[in-house]
Amino acid sequence: MNPRPGRPLRAARLRLSGFFWRHRWAKAALLLAPPLLAFGLIYLASLIALFVSSFWTVDPFTTEIKHIWTFDNYRTLWESSAYRSIALRTIGIAAAVTFTDALLAFPFGYFMARVASGRSRTFLFIAVLLPLWSSYLIRVYIWRLILNEDGVLNWTLAKLGLPLVHLAYTNWAVWIVFSYVWLPFMILPVFGALERIPHSYIEASRDLGASGWATFRRVVLPLALPGVIAGSIFTFSLTLGDYVTPLLAGGAGSQFIGNVVYSSVGISNNVPFAAAFATVPLAVMAVYLTIARRMGAFEAL
Amino acid sequence: MIRIKRAHVLLAAVAAALCVPAAGVSAGSGLPTAIGKGEGQLNLVAWVGYTQAQWVKPFTKATGCTVHPKYAGSSDEMVTLMRSGGGSQYDMVSASGDASLRLIYGKDVQPVNVNLIPDWKNFIPQLKSPSHNTVNGQHYGVSLQWGPNTLLYNTKLVKPAPTSWSAIYSSKYKGKVTVPDNPIQIADAALYLSKSQPSLGITDPYELNQKQFDAAVTLLKKQRPLIKKYWATAADQIDLFKNGEAVIGATWPYQTNTLIADKVPVKDLIPKEGATGWADTWMLSAKAKHPNCAYMWLKWISTPKVQAQQAIYFGETPANPKACPIMDTLSKGSAAQYHCGASAAYFNSIKFWKTPVADCGNGQKNCMDYTQWQQAWTQLKG
Repeated sequence: MNPRPGRPLRAARLRLSGFFWRHRWAKAALLLAPPLLAFGLIYLASLIALFVSSFWTVDPFTTEIKHIWTFDNYRTLWESSAYRSIALRTIGIAAAVTFTDALLAFPFGYFMARVASGRSRTFLFIAVLLPLWSSYLIRVYIWRLILNEDGVLNWTLAKLGLPLVHLAYTNWAVWIVFSYVWLPFMILPVFGALERIPHSYIEASRDLGASGWATFRRVVLPLALPGVIAGSIFTFSLTLGDYVTPLLAGGAGSQFIGNVVYSSVGISNNVPFAAAFATVPLAVMAVYLTIARRMGAFEAL
Repeated sequence: MIRIKRAHVLLAAVAAALCVPAAGVSAGSGLPTAIGKGEGQLNLVAWVGYTQAQWVKPFTKATGCTVHPKYAGSSDEMVTLMRSGGGSQYDMVSASGDASLRLIYGKDVQPVNVNLIPDWKNFIPQLKSPSHNTVNGQHYGVSLQWGPNTLLYNTKLVKPAPTSWSAIYSSKYKGKVTVPDNPIQIADAALYLSKSQPSLGITDPYELNQKQFDAAVTLLKKQRPLIKKYWATAADQIDLFKNGEAVIGATWPYQTNTLIADKVPVKDLIPKEGATGWADTWMLSAKAKHPNCAYMWLKWISTPKVQAQQAIYFGETPANPKACPIMDTLSKGSAAQYHCGASAAYFNSIKFWKTPVADCGNGQKNCMDYTQWQQAWTQLKG
């Protein structure tokens, strides 16, 4: 056995760290290379592949991809009222979910940031994050149990002598489930933005004679807005790309863009058409992110 | 030392990997003439209920082949799964007639030697070399079971009992109807129209010209507001009937059997217009990694006892009529209930699933092909 096994290894280690100390750029390059490579290869390259394949077509009988350049997929999307209404439904529900979550998250985040302290704030944090520990699927299925014809909600309404509701397998159910599932992603950035507002601003506003409402409207809200926009990026894009909730909670008219993409790829093997439809949410998100950047959302992330 | 050992293991693994093809059933030329030693496992794409422990466990015990099933909800999904991962991910598929030809012409499956399956000789004549799995005298798989798509209803809430498919197109059960989320459902509408509107001249629900196709799609568009949910999996439909969200719909006998076992008051029937149906084939992937286990499975699944077990479990008719007496010993009256050994006339009355193609036999190529069926289906669902 070597009596001093660590010696040469230690020297090499010192030389290496010396090299990195002298050449800062090498350290940066080494640290950033893996994520940048992943970004370049996995994300950008697949986006390009997606876009290219959207101009191909498939053999109608064997459903094998044919490498013939055509605009047919985009023409079908544009000309069919069904695909248009699916796209509008997806964007509309994503917007509704974002709005709902913003409305729910603001008072909650405000309470967490400015009223609660110490233990109660920790408790609220756990309450927000705890649902994220359980599977997304479980949370969707729980809502199915609640909204079913003879589910928890109707049982409660019946006990209270109120009229029953028929929410199961409708777009209303999709909206409710999405709003619930993505709520933590709105609360956290809103909380972050509200917490960063110095208390002295609010005191100053009071000292200058502003009412509570005016302080809220002209001081708190504008300063918190980037947080809301940041949260909305999450809720909007997550809803836009989802297909599981519409599949499980939705009914006969609840197809999202994601569902058409899923069935085009996983069932009919029409990858080119799926690729064409998948560029729609990409375009929507590009526009959305541009607007969000103008409103300063990226500083609040 | 450790390093050397690892290298040895790696070498051994590479050597083993290289040996596998040599040990397979056949290497390229012609069909196998004997079944070799099992590879230890078998990956199947199957309809739900086709790989029950009841007959899979004894198979594994007898052959040493562990079965890994993957359930698909539609023929389209089966075709896609068989192509996933370059086509070598799954060894076999229980393809229905609307998938089998697509797999054959897509070169996703390979011919099999039916002489290695002793029970094949006992099959009913219609299923020995049916056109949906036999091309140019080559058998691309072995027939399995067949049956009709039925009309399912809740006996407490649907009165009087329905006798016609019109029940799922009438507004009487608005918001309580559920039908499969499957483009082939257009054929069900066409079958109904072939009887209710004879002027359309529909003779085969899978061969529709533009006018006939439009009529079927219009009917389904009118049906859309009546639908609670288009079911994608059998479990989905079972849920809908269990908790009362749906009271009537199109189904497979499997769901009826499961619901009755769960004491849900349901019944199913073949309405007076007749029914669409399926005739399934176990097919062998062109790139199957476990061909010996696959042949053993073909042999096993064709034996009368396993045919009888599966027929009763799923509620369908075995290809092997020797299963009929066993069905009656397993469950009295089941052979008659599931039409075991039924007449050719009954067999011919079912409009079996097949892939719609543009060329529908009149030399004009004016029929709607399956891509158009799929697009119409996505669009009418909205």
